[in-house]
Amino acid sequence: MSEKFVIPIGPQHPALKEPSHFEIFVDGEEVINATLRLGYVHRGIEKGAEQRTWTQNLYLMERICGICSHVHALAFAQGVEALAGVQAPPRARAIRQLVAELERLHSHLLWLGVAAHEAGFDALFMYSWRDRETVMDLLELLSGNRVNYSANLLGGVKFDVTPDQKVRILDGVSFLEERVQYYLNVVNSDETFLGRTRGVGVLSREEAERLGAVGPTARASGVPRDVRVDVPYAAYTEFPVRMVLSQQGDLQARFVVRLEELFESIRVIREILNNLPESELTARMPRRIPAGEVISRVEAPRGELFYFIVSNGSDKPERVKVRTPSLANWGTVLATAPGHKLADIPMLVAGIDPCFSCNDRTVVVKTVR
Amino acid sequence: MSDKDKGVGFLDKIRTWARVNSPWALHYNSGSCNGCDIEILATLTPRYDVERFGIKLQGSPRHADVLICTGPVTMQSRDRLRRIYEQMPEPKFVVVVGSCGISGGVFQGCYNVLGGIEKVIPVDMYIPGCPPKPEAIIFGIVQLLEALKTGRKPEAVAVIPEPQFENKA
Ligand code: SF4
Repeated sequence: MSEKFVIPIGPQHPALKEPSHFEIFVDGEEVINATLRLGYVHRGIEKGAEQRTWTQNLYLMERICGICSHVHALAFAQGVEALAGVQAPPRARAIRQLVAELERLHSHLLWLGVAAHEAGFDALFMYSWRDRETVMDLLELLSGNRVNYSANLLGGVKFDVTPDQKVRILDGVSFLEERVQYYLNVVNSDETFLGRTRGVGVLSREEAERLGAVGPTARASGVPRDVRVDVPYAAYTEFPVRMVLSQQGDLQARFVVRLEELFESIRVIREILNNLPESELTARMPRRIPAGEVISRVEAPRGELFYFIVSNGSDKPERVKVRTPSLANWGTVLATAPGHKLADIPMLVAGIDPCFSCNDRTVVVKTVR
Repeated sequence: MSDKDKGVGFLDKIRTWARVNSPWALHYNSGSCNGCDIEILATLTPRYDVERFGIKLQGSPRHADVLICTGPVTMQSRDRLRRIYEQMPEPKFVVVVGSCGISGGVFQGCYNVLGGIEKVIPVDMYIPGCPPKPEAIIFGIVQLLEALKTGRKPEAVAVIPEPQFENKA
């Protein structure tokens, strides 16, 4: 007779840097069910947003997530601009896209390191984080801060790209291009690593669609879903990106899709820098935003980021609703976990690139099958 | 001074020596935006490499000398934070990284946020910034270690940063 155990993990745990509580039901080594409790970093940002002015909110939104801070501010700024009927000048939009793609570089390299660490491949963790410092330097060079860059203003951006910075960025991304190629070879050829990723956590296209997966997780299962391509924002019409897809659906595919996206990012960064349109950096914004509601979507490094903003015509929003990509992807982890070995769970969790600070809004429970 | 006291003093010296040279740190995020956590992790990686000071980040509260806290304290994580602090063996030191761990920062006034870490557990060292740069985090921890060596409380240090941007890209 087999015995079933519940293994509680968290909220303080050595694997991930953010608190969350998992309950893994195991039968021997095999996982038969998994539940998740989120909410340890729920801060009440959406409510807090209602007490702050539009401009103050820009900085609050940026701090929903410290990894993809730019896209949060971007989604918010674009939504508010749409409400006010203002369009950011072309140069500002190009710079927004530039920062967004640099951020994708930093976020994916960060994830590569964390995922490699979960696989027990610490050398790769150290290498990828060492190279990630290159992007951090570039972001600091542009904005003055390594993490919350505050590139956006309502109606434009805060800083310009000087010719000197352009040269530095081009140098930096060329170096990274080589490194990413190297990492791609590692994840595709290192036998030990492949043993942890190939055929693990397979998510079929139907499942991915049913569970509403977004971002690289969905694209690794062959779901063509990328806001940058579907509904281009910022300057993505002028500087389009190609969608990277894989049909495999396993962890290896998620590695490959993310790394190949980086080549796209690097290509687009070069294109933007070489064809930066000339214009003002900001457009004039009214202090009070006309009443109305708007949906604003952008592609964060982890997938689609969704903002719903309601204005009542005052200098503060009436309601801001944020749906972050990690939340959409949790379902895929809980659905693929049963049947795997306990040791695969950290990899599965890391596979969607979870970010707790942005998704702590709810509790996800999967019923026993 | 009796011989016995001498022995204790000697042991204390060894203990302080060991503590200063290999502090084990535990990291807990009680509601941060992740920015500070990532910067703490970055201090472990090759460019900053805090392990050269003997600092090691590890998983269990029971092995930790230093608790590194990030973020404001949310209602949900308050009890966990207190429990982690209580599980740590004496003597223990708490370092707060980031503006929101100091005062609640940008999240002040949000309904689920209690405020800074000091509302829940005593704090020995604050490292301001949103997020502080890895250099600042290392500087802060080294200050704490210096203070441990001499047995004095860490003093407030104002650091005027050098103009950056000289890093090679
Ligand atoms: S201090 Fe800033 S970067 Fe650090 S956790 Fe708070 S909001 Fe995030």
